[in-house]
This record gives sequence, C-alpha cells and structure tokens, in this order.
Amino acid sequence: MVIREIARLLEAEVLVGADKLDQEVDMAFSSDMMSDVLAYVTGSTVLLTGLVNEHVIRTAEMVDLECIVFVRGKKPTSDIIEMAEENGMVLLCTDHTLYCTSGILYSNGLTGVGRRRK
Amino acid sequence: MSLYSEAFSVEKGDFVTAGEASAKIKRTLKKLGVNSSVIRRVAVSSYEVELNLIIHSLGGQIDFTVTQDDVMLRVTDRGPGIPDIELAMREGWSTAPEEVRVMGFGAGMGLPNMKRNADEFSIQSEVGKGTEIVMKFALAPVR
Repeated sequence: MVIREIARLLEAEVLVGADKLDQEVDMAFSSDMMSDVLAYVTGSTVLLTGLVNEHVIRTAEMVDLECIVFVRGKKPTSDIIEMAEENGMVLLCTDHTLYCTSGILYSNGLTGVGRRRK
Repeated sequence: MSLYSEAFSVEKGDFVTAGEASAKIKRTLKKLGVNSSVIRRVAVSSYEVELNLIIHSLGGQIDFTVTQDDVMLRVTDRGPGIPDIELAMREGWSTAPEEVRVMGFGAGMGLPNMKRNADEFSIQSEVGKGTEIVMKFALAPVR
C-alpha cells in the first residue's frame, strides 16, 4: 500500500515526508513497545504507535522503517520530527485509536507482520 | 585482517545519546557497502546491546570490528553481572525498571533478539565483575 493511501484512509496529518508519500510499504506493525518493534520488524513496514519520543525514531532507524503513524492524536515535538526528517522518514498523525487504525488498514488490504520464526 | 574498527563507550543511564553508537555503526557498514539485511541485523543487535548497557550495566563499551569475512561486536561492561544467564535469555523476562518500560523498552526481548540476529552469539557473566557478549555476523550470505 502506498503511504498516500494510508494517510487518506486514516485521515492523517502529514508531519514530515510529504515528498515521499508515493513510497510503498508491504505490511504494518502496531506497538507501543519498541523492544517488540526491534524483535518483530524485518521488512518494509509502517509502524503504528501511541508512543511519542525520540526512541521511536531511533528504533525505526535501526530496522529501516520508512513510515510511522502516531495514533490517538499524539504529536511529536519539533526535534523528534527533525530527527525523522534527517532519516528520510514519513511521519503521520491520526486521531484514531491504535485498534481502529490497525483495523482500517487491515480491512483495506494491508497485512500485518506475522508470527516470528523461532 | 581488520578493515575497520572502532570502540564506543556507553554509560549507565545515558538515554539521551542512546542509539548514537548503533547509528554510527550502521552508517559505517553502509559506507563499506555491506548487504542491507546484514546491516539491519547488526544494527538491531547493536542497539539492543547499547540499550542493555544503558539500562542494566554500570557502563561499558562496544568494540566494533569489520573484517573481510564478518562483522564483530564485542561488548564488555564493568558490572554488575548477570546472576542467571539462562533466565536472562528467556523471552519476556526483564528486570528493567518502570521508567524504562515507559520509554518503550524492557520487554525482555533484548538478549534473545541479539542471539536470533547474530550468526554467532556468546555471553559470559560474573556477578560483581561484569558481562561479556560477543556477536558475529557473516558477510557472505549464510541465510
């Protein structure tokens, strides 16, 4: 799914990366636990999270995440946005909750990160 | 023969700079033209161990070495040591304090995640002395 479509479906505000909305992501992962993001994300993935701090961006950088959606209307501070910009990421913000955000994207065909290999 | 090596010191409780060493390691591997899936595995493991040093250790360092054949992360700290390594290696087991969980960490995935991402993983620890973790990542496609 292209990021532009994700933004449209979630009625999301684009905080940074408006020039990268035509990039494609293969799947989504929802978590407020960055430890789990590090353990689960392995491919082209959009992260849906209600956690807003600089560690989210750092974690995303390590696993090559292109796009982060902040849910429940949470907005990062300007230095967090700047950090994402330096890493070439797209940041979106939606008023939907994590469950609804996940449901909207899933029902529109974006699959999730599957169970992890042991 | 080593193509590149650098040592990063990581201090206890230093959440502000958390991830800087790993970001530098990632950039270096990119410059060296290392395969992106290897870079990702090194970056994730390095970040996990960097966070562990900050959260659990009294301070330590990451020695990063790239040779013709592999990437090695040798991590040593100044204590306090892990009393039960088997327990620490178990997924979901964590002794991280609440303030660390609020930041999004301490899910008890760190050590198992390093082991899963590295091609070779070893850990040794002595209470009152310290912990040493060595991780190797093959540059030739082995997976």
